Amino acid sequence: MSAMRKRLYFMLPALAFAIVAIAFVWALNPERDPSYVPSAMVSKASPNFDLPPLEPIGLPGLSTADLSQGEVVLVNFFASWCLPCQAEHPHLTALAAQMDIPLYGINHKDKTEHATAWLQRLGNPYDKIGVDGGRALVDWGVYGLPETFVVDGDGQIRFHFRGPLDPKTVAEKFVPLIESLRQ
Amino acid sequence: MRRLGFFLLFLALAPAAWAVMPDERLDDPVLEARARALSADIRCLVCQNESIDSSNADLARELRILVRERLSQGDSDQEVLDFLVDKYGDFVLFDPPFKASTYALWIGPVILMLFGVGAAIFYIRRQARAFPATDGGTAFTQEEDLRVQEILNDLGPANLESSVTEGDRSGKPGPRP
Repeated sequence: MSAMRKRLYFMLPALAFAIVAIAFVWALNPERDPSYVPSAMVSKASPNFDLPPLEPIGLPGLSTADLSQGEVVLVNFFASWCLPCQAEHPHLTALAAQMDIPLYGINHKDKTEHATAWLQRLGNPYDKIGVDGGRALVDWGVYGLPETFVVDGDGQIRFHFRGPLDPKTVAEKFVPLIESLRQ
Repeated sequence: MRRLGFFLLFLALAPAAWAVMPDERLDDPVLEARARALSADIRCLVCQNESIDSSNADLARELRILVRERLSQGDSDQEVLDFLVDKYGDFVLFDPPFKASTYALWIGPVILMLFGVGAAIFYIRRQARAFPATDGGTAFTQEEDLRVQEILNDLGPANLESSVTEGDRSGKPGPRP
Protein backbone atom coordinates (compact mmCIF):
# COMPACT_ATOMS: atom_id res chain seq x y z
CA MET A 1 0.00 0.00 0.00
CA SER A 2 1.48 3.32 -0.99
CA ALA A 3 2.00 6.05 1.61
CA MET A 4 -0.46 8.31 -0.21
CA ARG A 5 -3.20 5.71 -0.05
CA LYS A 6 -2.53 5.03 3.58
CA ARG A 7 -2.86 8.71 4.35
CA LEU A 8 -6.25 8.74 2.60
CA TYR A 9 -7.42 5.91 4.86
CA PHE A 10 -6.54 8.00 7.89
CA MET A 11 -8.94 10.62 6.54
CA LEU A 12 -11.89 8.22 6.68
CA PRO A 13 -12.81 8.81 10.35
CA ALA A 14 -12.62 12.56 9.79
CA LEU A 15 -14.89 12.20 6.78
CA ALA A 16 -17.34 10.04 8.75
CA PHE A 17 -17.34 12.64 11.52
CA ALA A 18 -18.02 15.42 9.04
CA ILE A 19 -21.03 13.56 7.62
CA VAL A 20 -22.45 12.87 11.09
CA ALA A 21 -21.84 16.50 12.10
CA ILE A 22 -23.72 17.79 9.06
CA ALA A 23 -26.62 15.42 9.85
CA PHE A 24 -26.73 16.71 13.43
CA VAL A 25 -26.64 20.38 12.42
CA TRP A 26 -29.59 19.70 10.13
CA ALA A 27 -31.55 17.50 12.53
CA LEU A 28 -31.01 19.53 15.72
CA ASN A 29 -31.82 22.89 14.16
CA PRO A 30 -34.47 24.36 16.51
CA GLU A 31 -36.20 25.97 13.50
CA ARG A 32 -36.87 22.55 12.00
CA ASP A 33 -40.20 20.99 12.89
CA PRO A 34 -39.97 17.26 12.16
CA SER A 35 -43.73 16.84 12.32
CA TYR A 36 -44.36 19.58 9.73
CA VAL A 37 -46.17 18.27 6.68
CA PRO A 38 -45.64 20.36 3.55
CA SER A 39 -48.88 21.45 1.91
CA ALA A 40 -50.11 19.62 -1.16
CA MET A 41 -52.71 22.31 -1.87
CA VAL A 42 -50.56 25.20 -3.08
CA SER A 43 -51.04 26.13 -6.75
CA LYS A 44 -54.19 24.03 -6.96
CA ALA A 45 -57.67 25.40 -7.52
CA SER A 46 -59.62 25.89 -4.32
CA PRO A 47 -61.72 22.80 -3.57
CA ASN A 48 -65.42 22.42 -4.21
CA PHE A 49 -67.33 23.22 -1.06
CA ASP A 50 -70.52 24.93 0.01
CA LEU A 51 -70.87 25.75 3.68
CA PRO A 52 -73.89 27.17 5.51
CA PRO A 53 -73.57 30.44 7.47
CA LEU A 54 -73.13 30.81 11.21
CA GLU A 55 -76.73 31.97 11.72
CA PRO A 56 -76.52 34.27 14.79
CA ILE A 57 -73.69 36.32 13.28
CA GLY A 58 -75.80 37.31 10.28
CA LEU A 59 -73.09 36.91 7.64
CA PRO A 60 -73.40 34.83 4.48
CA GLY A 61 -72.00 31.30 4.29
CA LEU A 62 -69.02 30.39 2.16
CA SER A 63 -68.70 28.44 -1.07
CA THR A 64 -66.18 27.89 -3.86
CA ALA A 65 -67.71 30.66 -5.98
CA ASP A 66 -66.79 33.28 -3.34
CA LEU A 67 -63.11 32.59 -3.96
CA SER A 68 -62.89 33.51 -7.64
CA GLN A 69 -64.29 37.03 -7.64
CA GLY A 70 -61.12 38.59 -9.07
CA GLU A 71 -59.82 39.59 -5.67
CA VAL A 72 -57.10 38.12 -3.46
CA VAL A 73 -58.69 36.69 -0.29
CA LEU A 74 -57.69 34.96 2.93
CA VAL A 75 -59.33 31.73 4.07
CA ASN A 76 -58.84 30.86 7.72
CA PHE A 77 -59.86 27.68 9.57
CA PHE A 78 -60.82 28.39 13.17
CA ALA A 79 -62.87 27.14 16.11
CA SER A 80 -63.73 28.44 19.55
CA TRP A 81 -62.18 25.34 21.17
CA CYS A 82 -58.86 26.02 19.45
CA LEU A 83 -56.54 27.98 21.72
CA PRO A 84 -53.93 28.85 19.05
CA CYS A 85 -56.83 30.35 17.04
CA GLN A 86 -57.38 32.76 19.90
CA ALA A 87 -53.65 33.51 19.96
CA GLU A 88 -53.56 34.38 16.27
CA HIS A 89 -56.86 36.27 16.33
CA PRO A 90 -55.41 39.80 16.88
CA HIS A 91 -52.73 39.25 14.21
CA LEU A 92 -55.26 37.93 11.73
CA THR A 93 -57.53 40.89 12.47
CA ALA A 94 -54.61 43.30 12.01
CA LEU A 95 -53.56 41.66 8.73
CA ALA A 96 -57.06 41.89 7.26
CA ALA A 97 -57.34 45.55 8.30
CA GLN A 98 -53.84 46.51 7.18
CA MET A 99 -54.15 44.95 3.72
CA ASP A 100 -57.87 45.67 3.40
CA ILE A 101 -58.35 42.10 2.17
CA PRO A 102 -61.51 39.97 2.37
CA LEU A 103 -61.13 37.46 5.19
CA TYR A 104 -63.25 34.33 4.99
CA GLY A 105 -63.55 31.99 7.97
CA ILE A 106 -64.32 28.31 8.09
CA ASN A 107 -65.61 27.41 11.52
CA HIS A 108 -64.64 23.80 12.02
CA LYS A 109 -66.56 21.36 14.25
CA ASP A 110 -67.84 23.98 16.64
CA LYS A 111 -71.04 24.59 18.54
CA THR A 112 -73.01 27.52 17.15
CA GLU A 113 -73.40 29.22 20.51
CA HIS A 114 -69.71 28.74 21.38
CA ALA A 115 -68.51 30.12 18.05
CA THR A 116 -70.89 33.06 18.31
CA ALA A 117 -69.79 33.89 21.85
CA TRP A 118 -66.14 33.57 20.85
CA LEU A 119 -66.56 36.04 17.98
CA GLN A 120 -68.54 38.46 20.15
CA ARG A 121 -65.89 38.35 22.84
CA LEU A 122 -62.82 38.72 20.60
CA GLY A 123 -64.38 40.68 17.74
CA ASN A 124 -65.33 39.34 14.34
CA PRO A 125 -62.74 40.03 11.64
CA TYR A 126 -64.43 37.74 9.08
CA ASP A 127 -66.44 38.93 6.08
CA LYS A 128 -68.03 35.53 5.50
CA ILE A 129 -68.11 32.44 7.67
CA GLY A 130 -68.86 28.90 6.56
CA VAL A 131 -69.76 26.26 9.12
CA ASP A 132 -67.89 23.00 8.59
CA GLY A 133 -69.12 19.74 10.11
CA GLY A 134 -65.78 18.12 9.32
CA ARG A 135 -65.45 17.43 5.59
CA ALA A 136 -64.23 20.86 4.47
CA LEU A 137 -61.12 20.25 6.54
CA VAL A 138 -60.19 17.27 4.35
CA ASP A 139 -61.22 19.08 1.16
CA TRP A 140 -58.70 21.80 1.99
CA GLY A 141 -55.92 19.43 3.05
CA VAL A 142 -56.03 20.83 6.58
CA TYR A 143 -55.21 18.64 9.58
CA GLY A 144 -54.86 21.02 12.49
CA LEU A 145 -56.26 24.37 13.49
CA PRO A 146 -55.60 27.14 12.73
CA GLU A 147 -54.52 27.03 9.11
CA THR A 148 -54.66 29.95 6.70
CA PHE A 149 -54.73 30.15 2.90
CA VAL A 150 -54.10 32.96 0.45
CA VAL A 151 -56.32 32.50 -2.62
CA ASP A 152 -55.82 34.63 -5.73
CA GLY A 153 -58.55 36.28 -7.82
CA ASP A 154 -58.97 33.19 -9.99
CA GLY A 155 -59.62 30.95 -7.02
CA GLN A 156 -56.18 29.38 -7.08
CA ILE A 157 -54.48 28.63 -3.75
CA ARG A 158 -51.18 30.53 -3.61
CA PHE A 159 -50.08 30.02 -0.01
CA HIS A 160 -50.95 27.64 2.80
CA PHE A 161 -49.79 28.33 6.33
CA ARG A 162 -50.18 25.78 9.13
CA GLY A 163 -50.34 27.06 12.69
CA PRO A 164 -51.13 30.41 14.32
CA LEU A 165 -50.14 33.64 12.58
CA ASP A 166 -47.69 35.86 14.40
CA PRO A 167 -46.47 39.37 13.51
CA LYS A 168 -43.26 37.98 11.95
CA THR A 169 -45.11 35.56 9.65
CA VAL A 170 -47.62 38.24 8.72
CA ALA A 171 -44.90 40.77 7.85
CA GLU A 172 -42.51 38.38 6.10
CA LYS A 173 -44.86 36.01 4.30
CA PHE A 174 -48.42 37.28 4.00
CA VAL A 175 -47.95 41.00 3.31
CA PRO A 176 -45.32 40.63 0.52
CA LEU A 177 -47.28 37.81 -1.12
CA ILE A 178 -50.59 39.67 -1.08
CA GLU A 179 -48.87 42.76 -2.48
CA SER A 180 -47.25 40.81 -5.30
CA LEU A 181 -50.49 38.99 -6.15
CA ARG A 182 -52.33 42.30 -6.44
CA GLN A 183 -49.92 43.65 -9.04
CA MET B 1 -61.92 -14.80 42.12
CA ARG B 2 -63.14 -11.25 41.78
CA ARG B 3 -59.85 -10.21 40.28
CA LEU B 4 -60.10 -12.99 37.75
CA GLY B 5 -63.61 -11.85 36.94
CA PHE B 6 -62.38 -8.32 36.20
CA PHE B 7 -59.55 -9.71 34.13
CA LEU B 8 -61.94 -11.77 32.03
CA LEU B 9 -64.28 -8.82 31.67
CA PHE B 10 -61.49 -6.58 30.36
CA LEU B 11 -60.34 -9.35 28.07
CA ALA B 12 -63.84 -9.70 26.69
CA LEU B 13 -64.01 -5.94 26.07
CA ALA B 14 -60.63 -5.77 24.35
CA PRO B 15 -61.82 -6.47 20.79
CA ALA B 16 -64.21 -3.53 21.09
CA ALA B 17 -61.32 -1.18 21.79
CA TRP B 18 -60.68 -0.52 18.09
CA ALA B 19 -60.70 3.10 17.02
CA VAL B 20 -63.32 2.25 14.40
CA MET B 21 -66.69 3.16 15.92
CA PRO B 22 -69.75 1.02 15.31
CA ASP B 23 -71.54 3.88 13.57
CA GLU B 24 -68.72 4.14 11.04
CA ARG B 25 -68.90 0.53 9.92
CA LEU B 26 -70.41 -0.37 6.59
CA ASP B 27 -73.12 -3.00 6.39
CA ASP B 28 -71.47 -4.69 3.43
CA PRO B 29 -68.74 -6.91 4.95
CA VAL B 30 -66.68 -6.95 1.74
CA LEU B 31 -66.58 -3.15 1.52
CA GLU B 32 -65.91 -2.89 5.25
CA ALA B 33 -62.97 -5.30 4.92
CA ARG B 34 -61.58 -3.24 2.05
CA ALA B 35 -62.01 -0.07 4.11
CA ARG B 36 -60.19 -1.64 7.06
CA ALA B 37 -57.30 -2.80 4.90
CA LEU B 38 -57.05 0.55 3.17
CA SER B 39 -57.26 2.50 6.44
CA ALA B 40 -54.26 0.61 7.82
CA ASP B 41 -52.12 2.16 5.06
CA ILE B 42 -53.31 5.74 5.57
CA ARG B 43 -51.47 7.92 8.02
CA CYS B 44 -53.35 10.01 10.54
CA LEU B 45 -51.76 13.43 10.05
CA VAL B 46 -52.45 14.46 13.62
CA CYS B 47 -50.72 11.52 15.32
CA GLN B 48 -48.40 10.90 12.36
CA ASN B 49 -47.20 7.46 13.44
CA GLU B 50 -50.65 5.92 13.68
CA SER B 51 -52.86 4.79 10.86
CA ILE B 52 -56.35 6.20 10.64
CA ASP B 53 -57.54 2.69 11.48
CA SER B 54 -55.99 2.80 14.95
CA SER B 55 -56.08 6.51 15.76
CA ASN B 56 -58.76 8.12 17.92
CA ALA B 57 -58.15 11.62 16.56
CA ASP B 58 -61.09 13.53 15.07
CA LEU B 59 -59.31 13.78 11.75
CA ALA B 60 -58.78 10.01 11.64
CA ARG B 61 -62.50 9.48 12.19
CA GLU B 62 -63.32 11.95 9.44
CA LEU B 63 -60.93 10.17 7.07
CA ARG B 64 -62.32 6.72 7.99
CA ILE B 65 -65.81 7.92 7.15
CA LEU B 66 -64.57 9.50 3.94
CA VAL B 67 -62.80 6.29 2.86
CA ARG B 68 -66.02 4.34 3.45
CA GLU B 69 -68.14 6.89 1.59
CA ARG B 70 -65.86 6.77 -1.41
CA LEU B 71 -65.72 2.98 -1.45
CA SER B 72 -69.52 2.82 -1.21
CA GLN B 73 -69.74 5.16 -4.18
CA GLY B 74 -67.71 2.66 -6.20
CA ASP B 75 -64.22 4.15 -5.96
CA SER B 76 -61.32 1.74 -6.35
CA ASP B 77 -58.77 1.54 -3.54
CA GLN B 78 -56.32 3.48 -5.68
CA GLU B 79 -58.85 6.24 -6.36
CA VAL B 80 -59.38 6.72 -2.64
CA LEU B 81 -55.64 6.92 -2.03
CA ASP B 82 -55.20 9.32 -4.97
CA PHE B 83 -57.83 11.62 -3.49
CA LEU B 84 -56.06 11.73 -0.14
CA VAL B 85 -52.62 12.22 -1.72
CA ASP B 86 -54.09 15.09 -3.72
CA LYS B 87 -55.10 16.75 -0.44
CA TYR B 88 -52.29 15.83 1.94
CA GLY B 89 -49.37 14.74 -0.24
CA ASP B 90 -47.45 11.45 -0.18
CA PHE B 91 -46.99 11.81 3.58
CA VAL B 92 -50.51 10.46 4.07
CA LEU B 93 -49.36 7.07 2.74
CA PHE B 94 -47.43 4.66 4.94
CA ASP B 95 -46.06 3.08 1.77
CA PRO B 96 -44.61 6.02 -0.18
CA PRO B 97 -44.38 5.73 -4.00
CA PHE B 98 -41.06 5.24 -5.78
CA LYS B 99 -40.30 8.55 -7.47
CA ALA B 100 -37.61 11.21 -7.76
CA SER B 101 -38.25 12.75 -4.34
CA THR B 102 -38.21 9.36 -2.58
CA TYR B 103 -35.22 7.74 -4.33
CA ALA B 104 -33.01 8.37 -1.28
CA LEU B 105 -35.61 6.74 0.95
CA TRP B 106 -35.91 3.59 -1.16
CA ILE B 107 -32.38 3.18 -2.48
CA GLY B 108 -30.48 4.60 0.52
CA PRO B 109 -30.61 1.42 2.65
CA VAL B 110 -29.54 -0.74 -0.31
CA ILE B 111 -26.55 1.51 -0.95
CA LEU B 112 -25.60 1.45 2.73
CA MET B 113 -25.86 -2.35 2.75
CA LEU B 114 -23.71 -2.66 -0.40
CA PHE B 115 -21.17 -0.37 1.23
CA GLY B 116 -21.16 -2.54 4.38
CA VAL B 117 -20.86 -5.80 2.43
CA GLY B 118 -18.08 -4.26 0.33
CA ALA B 119 -16.21 -3.16 3.45
CA ALA B 120 -16.61 -6.63 4.99
CA ILE B 121 -15.30 -8.37 1.86
CA PHE B 122 -12.38 -5.95 1.68
CA TYR B 123 -11.51 -6.60 5.33
CA ILE B 124 -11.78 -10.39 5.12
CA ARG B 125 -9.67 -10.52 1.97
CA ARG B 126 -6.99 -8.38 3.57
CA GLN B 127 -6.94 -10.59 6.66
CA ALA B 128 -6.60 -13.67 4.47
CA ARG B 129 -3.69 -12.07 2.65
CA ALA B 130 -2.00 -10.96 5.88
CA PHE B 131 -2.24 -14.38 7.58
CA PRO B 132 -2.15 -16.97 4.82
CA ALA B 133 -2.71 -20.64 5.71
CA THR B 134 0.68 -22.40 5.82
CA ASP B 135 -0.06 -26.09 5.54
CA GLY B 136 -3.08 -26.70 3.39
CA GLY B 137 -5.82 -25.32 5.66
CA THR B 138 -4.49 -25.99 9.18
CA ALA B 139 -2.60 -22.97 10.36
CA PHE B 140 -1.29 -24.88 13.43
CA THR B 141 2.22 -26.21 13.57
CA GLN B 142 2.79 -29.87 14.32
CA GLU B 143 3.71 -28.96 17.87
CA GLU B 144 0.44 -27.07 18.35
CA ASP B 145 -1.59 -29.93 16.93
CA LEU B 146 -0.03 -32.26 19.49
CA ARG B 147 -0.80 -29.85 22.29
CA VAL B 148 -4.46 -29.55 21.20
CA GLN B 149 -4.78 -33.30 21.10
CA GLU B 150 -3.28 -33.52 24.57
CA ILE B 151 -5.81 -31.03 25.97
CA LEU B 152 -8.74 -32.79 24.34
CA ASN B 153 -7.64 -36.14 25.71
CA ASP B 154 -7.29 -34.73 29.21
CA LEU B 155 -10.75 -33.20 29.20
CA GLY B 156 -12.85 -35.78 27.41
CA PRO B 157 -15.91 -34.51 25.46
CA ALA B 158 -18.21 -34.10 28.52
CA ASN B 159 -15.65 -32.17 30.55
CA LEU B 160 -14.83 -29.97 27.63
CA GLU B 161 -18.44 -28.91 27.13
CA SER B 162 -19.03 -27.97 30.76
CA SER B 163 -15.77 -26.09 31.11
CA VAL B 164 -16.47 -24.08 27.98
CA THR B 165 -19.94 -23.06 29.12
CA GLU B 166 -18.64 -22.07 32.50
CA GLY B 167 -15.91 -20.01 30.95
CA ASP B 168 -18.45 -18.26 28.73
CA ARG B 169 -20.76 -17.47 31.55
CA SER B 170 -18.16 -15.92 33.81
CA GLY B 171 -16.51 -14.11 30.94
CA LYS B 172 -13.20 -15.60 32.03
CA PRO B 173 -11.34 -18.55 30.57
CA GLY B 174 -12.52 -21.93 31.84
CA PRO B 175 -10.47 -24.11 34.19
CA ARG B 176 -7.22 -25.29 32.75
CA PRO B 177 -6.28 -28.96 32.71
